[in-house]
Amino acid sequence: MSTEGVNTSRRRFLIAATSAVGGAGVVFTAIPFVASMQPSAKAQAAGAPVEVDISKLEPGQMMTVEWRGQPVWVVRRTPDNLADLKKIPADQLRDVNSEVISQQPPYAKNETRAIKPEYLVMVGICTHLGCSPTYTKIGEGGLGADWKGGFFCPCHGSRFDMAGRVYTGVPAPTNMVIPPHKYLSDSRVLVGVDPEGAKA
Amino acid sequence: MINKMLTDLRDWVDVRFPMTETWNYHLAQYYAPKNFNAWYYFGSLALLVFVLQIVTGIFLTMNYKPDAGMAFASVEYIMRDVDWGWLIRYLHSTGASFFFITVYLHMFRGLMYGSYKKPRELLWVIGMFIYLALMAEAFMGYLLPWGQMSFWGAQVIISLFGAIPWIGDALTLWVRGDYVIADATLNRFFAFHVILVPFILAALVFVHLVALHHVGSNNPDGVEIKKNKDPVTHKPVDGIPFHPYYTVKDIVGIGVFLIIFAAVVFFLPEFGGWFLEKDNFIPADPMKTPEHIVPLWYFTPFYAILRAIPDKLLGVIAMGGAIVMLFILPWLDRSPVKSIRYKGPLFKTALVIFVISFIALGYLGTQPPTPVLTAFAQLFSFLYFAFFILMPWYSSIDECKPEPTRVNFSH
Repeated sequence: MSTEGVNTSRRRFLIAATSAVGGAGVVFTAIPFVASMQPSAKAQAAGAPVEVDISKLEPGQMMTVEWRGQPVWVVRRTPDNLADLKKIPADQLRDVNSEVISQQPPYAKNETRAIKPEYLVMVGICTHLGCSPTYTKIGEGGLGADWKGGFFCPCHGSRFDMAGRVYTGVPAPTNMVIPPHKYLSDSRVLVGVDPEGAKA
Repeated sequence: MINKMLTDLRDWVDVRFPMTETWNYHLAQYYAPKNFNAWYYFGSLALLVFVLQIVTGIFLTMNYKPDAGMAFASVEYIMRDVDWGWLIRYLHSTGASFFFITVYLHMFRGLMYGSYKKPRELLWVIGMFIYLALMAEAFMGYLLPWGQMSFWGAQVIISLFGAIPWIGDALTLWVRGDYVIADATLNRFFAFHVILVPFILAALVFVHLVALHHVGSNNPDGVEIKKNKDPVTHKPVDGIPFHPYYTVKDIVGIGVFLIIFAAVVFFLPEFGGWFLEKDNFIPADPMKTPEHIVPLWYFTPFYAILRAIPDKLLGVIAMGGAIVMLFILPWLDRSPVKSIRYKGPLFKTALVIFVISFIALGYLGTQPPTPVLTAFAQLFSFLYFAFFILMPWYSSIDECKPEPTRVNFSH
């Protein structure tokens, strides 16, 4: 190929310009394909609130309901459980006062992480890698004499107390999630909706 | 008459396509060192298992349903109602484990004889990409039966992406295509498992072989046979043509391999829970994690490293780092010789410690995370990384023996 009389700078500019336009085309063409992998409209619409009847729950018992495909637990805590929450030394918990705002609605940012201290309503998914922890009472699971009851994740050994607060020295980084919920009556809870007047 | 016609046909094709040239370049006139030992079977065996997985996989897709409501039952349908379906399925599930067995032994061979060292660094790196693609393939394939382990294994592994700062949550949502592992996830994993990743794997294997035949095979002595060529024929004096010598040798290896493989397929397809986990015979239940969740054996060394670190992000980084170490291995080894036969006591000791650590991590990854076992996992994770990170130091001060000029070979 003869390079005589070739305007090399113009040639270089044209090559760069064509490549840039072509590259931009590839990026824009990729958008619909990448976006098609996002949750579909159907998946987004499936998060309807779930009503739970808690009237048959005995003290110390836990029940599980499904909300947005995830397990949501309702635990009826005993007075001992509630007293034990205060006995755990603050340096053994990563987030004693629930400062990480993404993990609970403002109305559950309190000592018991609940609207009514007796009932813990919580998404039963470990904040480490998404396993569902096991409800482990005092003396169960071989967790030692200091164990004040709570939730133990069998996957990677994360531990949470009876309010879903994460212990230190385990892989889970944050407290477990308290979903938006409200009481329709003393025995009925609606999971997935904030109480009237509460700021979500 | 027939011969003439065949020769003419060959010549006709050769003018239009480099058929004879390619055959000679890659087989009939590809000179491989004459001192290969049994460790050199595993590359061709891995290729054999790859073909087996493609063939059995195609037949499984004829009856499998990638639908959260039907997947589990369709696998049982294959096992019980499809003629020979149990065989095809067990060949595929056993093949997955044997794929990793052959690949791990193939990688260990490279580690032992320094096959990653110059000029084969890129060959090793391409091989590592094959290993990564294989892990992705195995992981996504494991979701398809939609059992308890499928579901919760995928939940854990996808959640790993969530540890990435800022974009983590959006990324996991995008990978799953739903707020939890759901039908959308199963469907897309099916697409990746049956077309995207096998396609990438095939392309990488092709590139791996092109790179191999460009630089030539290493051997148990680590001697470059290309350095010593016959002055008349210009062929390596320590080389023999791959075909027929090594094609025939490989057929013997394939025979032995198939005896072992068939024994597992017919008599121990679950392999005591190591190849098919017991909990995976329970349909996926998003409400309940199995008491004891473990990935299949070929992931457990890395899983143990992940669990050993009591911090989400650092654990994920350590696990990724364990793979990165393997990628950069060619640039960590400073010893003047390739093969373990001529390396000094430091490297030999380090390699033994590394193998023990890898196997120990593999075992610990299958066990519940008790404090004692976690401490052991931390120790062996440390040794795993020490093998690589300290390699530039111990490999450069090691007392190596001189490498011979010719390979060791006796008739």
